[in-house]
Amino acid sequence: MSDPDSKAAPPATGSVIEARALTKTYGDVNVVDAINFDIFRGEVFGLLGPNGAGKTTTILMMLGLTEISSGTVSVLGFNPARQPLQVKRRVGYLPDSVGFYDHLTATENLAYTAKLMGLRPAERASRIKAALARVRLLEVADKRVGTFSRGMRQRLGLAEIIVKQAEVAILDEPTSGLDPQATLEFLGLIEELKKEGVTVLLSSHALDQVQRICDRVALFQSGHIVLMGPVTDLARQVLGAGFVVEVEADGAGLARRLSTIPGVTNVETLAADRFRMTADRDVRPDAAYAVVGANGSLRKLSVDEPSLEAIYSRYFQNQTDNGGKRDAA
Amino acid sequence: MRREGSPFQGVGTVMVKELADNLSSARMLVLELLIVLTALAALYGAIDNLKQTTAEDPFLLLRLFTVERAPLPSFVAILGFLIPLMAIGLGFDAVNGEHNRRTLSRILAQPIYRDALLMGKFLAGLATLAINLAALWLLVIGLGLIFLGVPPGTEEIARSLAFLVIAIFYAGVWLALAMLLSIVFRSPATAALVALGIWLLLTILWPMLAPAIAQAIAPPDPRYLLLGLDSPDTAIWTQTLSRLSPNHLFGEAMLAVLSPSTRSLGPVFIDQLRGALMGAPLPLSQSLLICWPQTVSLIAGTIVLFVAGYIVFQRQEVRA
Repeated sequence: MSDPDSKAAPPATGSVIEARALTKTYGDVNVVDAINFDIFRGEVFGLLGPNGAGKTTTILMMLGLTEISSGTVSVLGFNPARQPLQVKRRVGYLPDSVGFYDHLTATENLAYTAKLMGLRPAERASRIKAALARVRLLEVADKRVGTFSRGMRQRLGLAEIIVKQAEVAILDEPTSGLDPQATLEFLGLIEELKKEGVTVLLSSHALDQVQRICDRVALFQSGHIVLMGPVTDLARQVLGAGFVVEVEADGAGLARRLSTIPGVTNVETLAADRFRMTADRDVRPDAAYAVVGANGSLRKLSVDEPSLEAIYSRYFQNQTDNGGKRDAA
Repeated sequence: MRREGSPFQGVGTVMVKELADNLSSARMLVLELLIVLTALAALYGAIDNLKQTTAEDPFLLLRLFTVERAPLPSFVAILGFLIPLMAIGLGFDAVNGEHNRRTLSRILAQPIYRDALLMGKFLAGLATLAINLAALWLLVIGLGLIFLGVPPGTEEIARSLAFLVIAIFYAGVWLALAMLLSIVFRSPATAALVALGIWLLLTILWPMLAPAIAQAIAPPDPRYLLLGLDSPDTAIWTQTLSRLSPNHLFGEAMLAVLSPSTRSLGPVFIDQLRGALMGAPLPLSQSLLICWPQTVSLIAGTIVLFVAGYIVFQRQEVRA
């Protein structure tokens, strides 16, 4: 297909999506309020936040599917408001609870969208077959989608993105409503996409899943991005420290020894032989060394990685506390 | 700044897919059966009638369309009544159906504009209706050949083709209306009910309401009443109001095209008819001139309704 605008190719810099003061207003309400973010090539970026925080609206603005009220967003160097076809040719989108034409088969559904993408018939057939094989739907390729489970539909939606050979995949709540098995399978597919160099943007409120696959996350709250960065950074920012190491060992003056380890900010004595350390890095080797140095016997050494859930709930808890204080003053 | 790229990219793809859906849907099959069966009944009546008068009529084929035998109305009257039903059946869930199936945002995330989706759906609907009407048209001509045994003349074919074209535009008005409603109302059931309500209003109630309203606006003049004539003002108002209904426009256009002796579609003064050979058929070009305003009105109605739907659709939020 002729592509008159391909000279306006994305800049060589690492960022594929740039939002600057991006705003969406419905009536008097700023659903998305002057947000800024950059998403870099090849990363998995998570949009988190409660329902109605503006995640889906942000996604729709990136695709040119809803009007931008003010600010700018550029996707792969294109302006989605003015060059939506260029954007949509390169970006795959899996909407929240995706739907298909139930009376058509999986192959026919993909063939329709592949035609809309402008693929030639021969290429269409081979790409569809390969994509269905990758999402493990090849054996039901000629079954009507009406008979598909929710997990199969989500995978079919992902197959569409694979058929498109999208540079950026935008997934809106991809795992909501899936059973644990289907969720794991789907997360595996997302990781495969990442390995191929596809930039993945996903919105979710299933925090543990997001944590497992996202390189960076942005936390949305009523139209603002309140926190953004890698999960460990956010943990340091919100929880004060990133890692919680539990030690079960005996030995003389162990608590004091543990607290002298560099990076440890706090040591709690839970019992005579149990300690909980808070640190900004994984201090397990140092803790083991300390126990051995104190001639103690080490029975248990475990680390809790900073959980996004903890960050999330702590952050919103802080917010309401502050809000309460403000009201009181 | 303008948006880039062609709004027509993908129209063909959408159209082919929707056309296939339309032609294979059970809904369409039921509507087709309904129309074919009623049309056959009307034709049977007409053929029975015509067999008696075969030798006297120069436009035998056209009579097939217009002759009625109680209790059935003529073929054209049945079409005027049922074409809207067919068009509504095709259009009432065109856009809200995509919304409810949650396919809309997925389709619009492909490199096409919304224009292509709407246009493709409309053209597919119109093509479906055109195919059906053309089949019906061939059916009439075929039955005419078999049962009357008189081959149709060129002018008859031309006039019946004009019938076909006008009928397609008449269907277009209703299709555009049904699609507009499918955009405005999120629930297909609501859209269908509103469309059917408008259909009943315009095809059944409006012919009764229009004269009543006309008499309220321009009360009949007692001097004309004494002479047993219609008051000109009232007659003109009645006609103007009636013409708001596409059904009436279609009926008038059919009258001009299929009954070659029709000289006028409204009230005329006696002196306007001076020198006319009453009952003599007009040439095709003159008949077309008579029905031209009606045809243009139907086309304009189609375009206006489609544009209204287009504007609403462009401003609509995609998310469910």
